[in-house]
Parts: sequence; structure tokens; C-alpha cells
Amino acid sequence: MKLEVNGNEVEITSEADTPLLWVLRDELGLVGTKYGCGIAQCGACTVHLEGRAIRSCVTPVSAVAGKRIQTIEGQASDQGLSPVQQAWLETDVAQCGYCQSGQIMAATALLSSNPSPNDADIDAAMAGNICRCGTYPRIRKAVHLAAALMSEEQGA
Amino acid sequence: MSEHLTTGSMSRRRFVQSSGALLFAAQCPVGLSRKAYASGAGAMMNSFVRIDPSNVITMLANNSEFGNGAYTVMSMMLAEELDVDYRSIALEAAPTTPEYYSPLFREYLTAGSVTTGSTFMPMRTAGAKARAMLLEAASRDWGVPTAELSTVDATVQHAGTGRISTYGELLEAIHRLDIQPPETVTLKDPSEFKILGKPARRYEGAGKVDGTAEFGIDLKLPGMLYGAIARPPVHSGSVVDFDATEALAMPGVVKVKAIRAGVVVLADSYWRAQKARAKLKINWDRGANDGVSSEQFYADYRALADTPGLLAEDIGDAIGALDAAEASGNVVEATYEMPLLAHATLEPMNCIAQVEGDTCTIWSGTQYQSNDQEVISRFLGIPQQNVTIHRPLMGGSFGRRSSKTADYTVEAVEAAMGELVPVQIIWSREEDIRSGHYRPLFVHKLRGSVDESGMPEAWHQVAVGQSLMQGTKHDPTYMVRGIDIYSLDGCLQEPFGVFPYGTSYQIPNHRVESHNAPKKGIVPQEWRSVGHTHTGIAYECFLDELAHKGGIDPMELRLRLTKDHARMNRVLSVLKEKCEWDKPLAPGRGRGVASRIYNISPVAQAVEVTVAENGDFTVDRVVCVVDCGFAVNPLGVEGQVEGGLAYGLGGVAFGNIDIVNGEVQQSNFHDYPVMRLPQMPKVEVHILPSDEPPTGIGEQATTPIAPAVANALFNATGRRVRRFPLSSQGFNLV
Repeated sequence: MKLEVNGNEVEITSEADTPLLWVLRDELGLVGTKYGCGIAQCGACTVHLEGRAIRSCVTPVSAVAGKRIQTIEGQASDQGLSPVQQAWLETDVAQCGYCQSGQIMAATALLSSNPSPNDADIDAAMAGNICRCGTYPRIRKAVHLAAALMSEEQGA
Repeated sequence: MSEHLTTGSMSRRRFVQSSGALLFAAQCPVGLSRKAYASGAGAMMNSFVRIDPSNVITMLANNSEFGNGAYTVMSMMLAEELDVDYRSIALEAAPTTPEYYSPLFREYLTAGSVTTGSTFMPMRTAGAKARAMLLEAASRDWGVPTAELSTVDATVQHAGTGRISTYGELLEAIHRLDIQPPETVTLKDPSEFKILGKPARRYEGAGKVDGTAEFGIDLKLPGMLYGAIARPPVHSGSVVDFDATEALAMPGVVKVKAIRAGVVVLADSYWRAQKARAKLKINWDRGANDGVSSEQFYADYRALADTPGLLAEDIGDAIGALDAAEASGNVVEATYEMPLLAHATLEPMNCIAQVEGDTCTIWSGTQYQSNDQEVISRFLGIPQQNVTIHRPLMGGSFGRRSSKTADYTVEAVEAAMGELVPVQIIWSREEDIRSGHYRPLFVHKLRGSVDESGMPEAWHQVAVGQSLMQGTKHDPTYMVRGIDIYSLDGCLQEPFGVFPYGTSYQIPNHRVESHNAPKKGIVPQEWRSVGHTHTGIAYECFLDELAHKGGIDPMELRLRLTKDHARMNRVLSVLKEKCEWDKPLAPGRGRGVASRIYNISPVAQAVEVTVAENGDFTVDRVVCVVDCGFAVNPLGVEGQVEGGLAYGLGGVAFGNIDIVNGEVQQSNFHDYPVMRLPQMPKVEVHILPSDEPPTGIGEQATTPIAPAVANALFNATGRRVRRFPLSSQGFNLV
């Protein structure tokens, strides 16, 4: 089976029903995407499928064959960190950091469909991503900052 | 150096009695390893600092990083005295040897919110002593007085000659001139601080935004097998026999075997191990805990609370005063009931183990590696020093990874025994919720009275719950006359055991008793802020009941009760002003307040809630005032307060592990809900300026939020919650 992960075509041998999460982690070594619950309740495994946020822990790899997948490892570019990553760093969001790949992927998906979300939009879009350290106030702040950085980038 | 190892167990909190700075300075081990230098690997300037010829400065960190900010504050302290950028310091987890044990615990343990306080002097001293050696080397080598030298960005400079050397370049001179660490060293005056006290971003923050931060679950060693364990349905259960025929036929499965924790499937990927585990057929012996239930615990504990407990404190004549007050109707009686709680760290428990001959190596996210080492060495019958522990970052801990049984560690060792390759055990979320260790269930029975002016006159409290320390190796330190001092965290007015303080309130007649409930059903475990998680609710909510009885405003009552405790009184005074306590609220809204001291740091919170007719409520605003002494990293303090109170709020709102017929009923985040972003209140953190030594902040904010919210709900609705979580009483945080 072939996948397109972070712009690279890869051949994988996992069984068809293997969740994408475990293909990424165990077979492709892309361990930035995390296991948290296995039942789409916590968001730690969030990746992008064709630009939309999905829960890779409940997505069989066979369902995404040939489709465009992006993980946290694909966020930064040759120009450096993405605006969302920059905003996260600047706001000092992370504590233990385990959920933050998923948070960043969810925030990136939100901003691509809604470039200037208000607090209610952020609450709705990010409600599926649990942070046990409770970095929520800074997540809210960082999403706003990322929105500002992105609009600056586009204005430039 | 060896002196502190033989003076016996030091308390987690005794340091307040020992005039902090001097104690810590004495605990800073030094030594210069010539061997390391000769090999070209760099020079150990002392136990905590290594400098390489290429000028890489490495800190050996003897406190764990699990979101607490340990690596940030420790590198800041070292960098301040060594005049380097804290972000340029390389970091290694210090090995599990006694020289790296905590000067407070006499163990390799990160707990009790003491990291900042207990490393403040050692890490600064380590930096200052290393700097002194570099200065002496430059001074002698260049023939200039030390006073004319300065240190900037990991270089020594001489303004007069324009000479400059990196620290790494000076190692040769240190070696050649046989420069030894100084006996004493002068630390910077706080007025000279360039790093400490200023907001600093997380040391290891970059890897936490690009996915490269390495947690235990992410490690993959050559040839490693993944293990998934089928665990008994009841804590205490064990395997009678099993049929693995189907599991062994599944792809990637290498072996299935019974260990003490259950039946482990070893496979070439975790998913394959998990999938094959579902095919096992296992006969379980349900063990001694079959049939236990949370409701039975509550009933048994309530009955125990009606009987005399072990007497911890009896100031004045509480019983007499209460009996006398009955006639005037000035007595309030209430029983508070707090459930079992799981920690639910987002990174589930995991551990890699490799057993080779009489050595064992583990890779484990742990708060408590000297204990892991001890338990493993006992289990394998090998010397403790033959157990090597590599400590990656941790995806949360909240007390869970300070397991006294080393449960998730030693089972990996057992699974790896007889295998030629390393074995990684990963817990599923279901195992984490069902088979973990828990904040013990507690019942507090309270009776109190108010005098004619409405002030509390007598207080009688009986606490019932499973002890954290009884029967453990910590028993001698933390059990006083059979009483676990954690069961009464923050409930006592006088010093008790190694705790020099309890509550900041003074009530003239104060009697507190404790029952250690039978060890049954679960393994109790510290949960962020330990005993305060239940004593805080019981004490602060019942105090609110007395305020109501006496017709005194709850904030005013706390201000009066703390008039002899200057630090808490100041915290409450600032809180009252910042939260606009006296500003009227609309109907359906309410305010609540609570305060606690945990490890010397007084913290108080005021919350505002809005409650709908159906009991749905929002926490609209939390104002938190903290006095944590000198705030080494204000940005980190703010984050710990926000996060700490989020943890406590989720716990009080809907945290509940319910046992029925021996089995935990919850299994994952759908039925063990935790805080989510929309439920997070707006938080305002006020850090009081202080010149006192730094004290803890990691757990302090977790406690007051729970009673403050319960008190606010009462304020809004007139309904008092005495059984938790709030969701079990019709109050749903939305």
C-alpha cells in the first residue's frame, strides 16, 4: 500500500485495518503524532488528511491510501516553523508537551478554514483536544497570535 | 559528601525548619573528574556541570521534567551564576546514584513541588563554583588579577589586555594548573540577576512544537518488542490459566506469557500486540478485592467516622464547646465524601526494559528513579547499581509516575526476562483508567460551632481513607502515632511530624482525628497536591458552612482567621481587592473563595460561576493570588497556576472512578471526562513580590479551586454539595 506522508510517497506493509496512528508511529517512525485514547476522544493523534484534521487512531490506513497526509513533522518548511508553531513557541504554550502536536494540527486546520477565529470558534474547534496540563489559556492566546502572524504574512 | 547520605531520611518538607540557604549550600557536591577530562569527553567541574573543550556546557539534571518546568528553572539557576544563556546549556538526566539524590528526600525523587526550592542553592552553587575555577585558571594563566576578569556568554574576558577565552579553552589550564573547586563561593546578589526572576520560556519548548521532543513511548531500540498486557478485571486478580492459540496465530506475535500483572503479548508492533491481546482466553482468579465497591467504601467510612479515630490534634476543648453550643443552635454538622480519582496522564504509562545477565537497563518516564532501581534490584536479585535508568521526557505525571510499587516499571522488567531484546510495555487508555493507582476515596465528618459574634469557636474533624504511607518504606517518616500526615494535609493548626505547618486559620477549639481505612480494592497514590485534594474540599467548604451559620462573609471570615499568619493574610487581602469581591453579581451567579498552604506557599483563589436552572454551570473567572517566595520564572509560575487549577477543576467537576463488584466502571475519556478547552475559565494570576527563598507552585493551585467552585455554587443557588464530583449532584460544568 502506498501513502503520501508529508509530501513523500511511502510504501507500507501494515495490515489494512491498522490505524494510521500506528502506521505513522511504528512503521514510519513518525512519533510526533501521539497515542492518547485510541477512540477519538483526546485529539493527541490529530493529523491532516487532504488538509482536514482527522483522528488517526480510528482511521484505518486502508482508508487513506493514496491520499495526502500531513503530520506535525511536516509543519515546518525550509523557511522554518509554521506560523502556528511560532505562535506556540512565543506564547510558551507547552508544559509536558505530549498533546501539543495534536493541538497544533487542530489549530492549523481551524485557521486554514477560518483565518480570524473568535474565542467561541476556537473553543468549538479545539474542544476535542485534551491537555491534561491545562495549557488552555495559552492555547487560546496562541491561536489568536497565529492568526495575526498569518495575516501579516499574507499582507507582506 | 557522604555525610548527607548517612543522616537518614529527611522529610519532604522539613527544609523550612532548616533555614533553607545554608542547608542547600551544604548539599552541593563537587569533584573534578580527571579521567573524564583526560578522555577528551569534557571535564566534570562538579556533579552538575560538565564543560567540553568545544565549549558545550552540560547540566546533569537530577529532577524529572514532566511539564513541571524543572529543566527550565534548573538551567536558569546554573546559567545565572555561570554567565551563559540558559537555552545554550545541554542537558542530561543525571544517573541514579546517591550523589544525585534530592537533599530533601534522600532519594532520587521529583515530587512535592520542591524542585525549585531544593535546587535553588545547589544549582546556583554548582554554576558559581565552576565559574570560580574558570576565573582562577584565566587569572593564573594570563597573570592578571581575578578581579579584572569578567565572564560573558561562556567566555572569560580581560578588558585591559583584550584577552578572551571560551570556558572550553580554559579546561587545559585548569588541568595543567591543577585547579580545584573552591570550598566556598559567593553567589550573586538578587539585584545582579539577569535571568532569575525574569519570565523565561520553557527550556525544552522547541521540541514540543515540532514533534521532536522524545517521550518514553516514542523510543524504539534495535530489535525491540512491544508488549500489551491483559490485566485482571479486579485489582488483586491473577491468572489461573490462559489459551493463547488464536493470539499466537496473529501476525507479528512473538510470544505470550503470564506475568504477575496479567498475560503479556509480545509482538513486533504495539498495534499487533494489542490486537492479539483481544484474542486471549484467560481464566482469572479475582482475588481478595472481588466484590468491593465505592458505595461500600463510603458506607464503611461513614460508620468509621462515627467512632473515635487516632487523635492528631486537640487544642482547647472542641467537644465541650460543641456540646455546649448545641443548646444555642450554633452547631453545624456535615459529612464530605470524595471519590477515587485516576491521574489520566495523556501519555499512558510505558517502560522499556532489557535484562542481560545480572544487569538491567530501563528507559522510563519516572518521578522516582531511586525507588524504581530499588524495586527492580529486589525483584531480579541483583545489586542496585546494576540497574541503569534512562529517563526521557514525560507526557504528564501528576504523581502517577512516583509509584511506590514501581508497578509499570517492574512489570516491563518481568516481561523482558528471558528475552534477548528490549521489551516496551505500553498501557492502553483503558488499562490506565481501570488498572492504575488512584487518589484514595475519603470521607470527612465535621462538626463545628460559631460563637455569639459569628466566628468559628469549635472544630471537630474526623478523616477516613486509605493511607498513602502506611506499611511503605516511608512509614517511619510520614506516619505519626499511626496517623498518615498526608491524610490530614492542611487540617492542623500546630506542627505535626515533619510538617511544620497545616492550616493558616486559627480556631480556638480544634480537634482532628484520623482513621486509616483498611487497605482494600485499590493501590492509593499521590495525586497532584496529595492530601489537599480531599482535605481542601472538606476544610474549605465546611468553613464556608460556618461562615454562613455565623452570618459572616466568607472572605471576611478568612481574613479574620488568618490575622496571625502574615503571608496568607496578605494573599487574601490582595485577592479580595483583585477579584472585586464586594461587587454585586447578577442573579444566577455566585462567588466562592478558598485558600490553602502547600509547601509553605500560600495560595488563595476566588471564582465566579453562572448557574443555569438545570444545574449547568460555567466558571467565568478565577482570580488566583500566590506567594511562592522569590518567583524564579514568573512565566512558569503562571503556567503552573493555570494548569494546576485546570487539573483540580476537572477533578472536582467530574472526576470519578467508581468501583462495582471489584471492577472499575470507567475506561476512557468518554466516561472519565477531564477538562476541555471550552470549560476553561478566564484565569488571572497575581504573583506577590517576595524576597523569601522560592517555594513550590506545581501543586498549589490545584487545591483551592475545588472548594472555591463548590462554595460559589452554594452562593449562587443555596445548594451545598457534600458528595463529589459536582456532576454526581446535578451540577455540570459546561
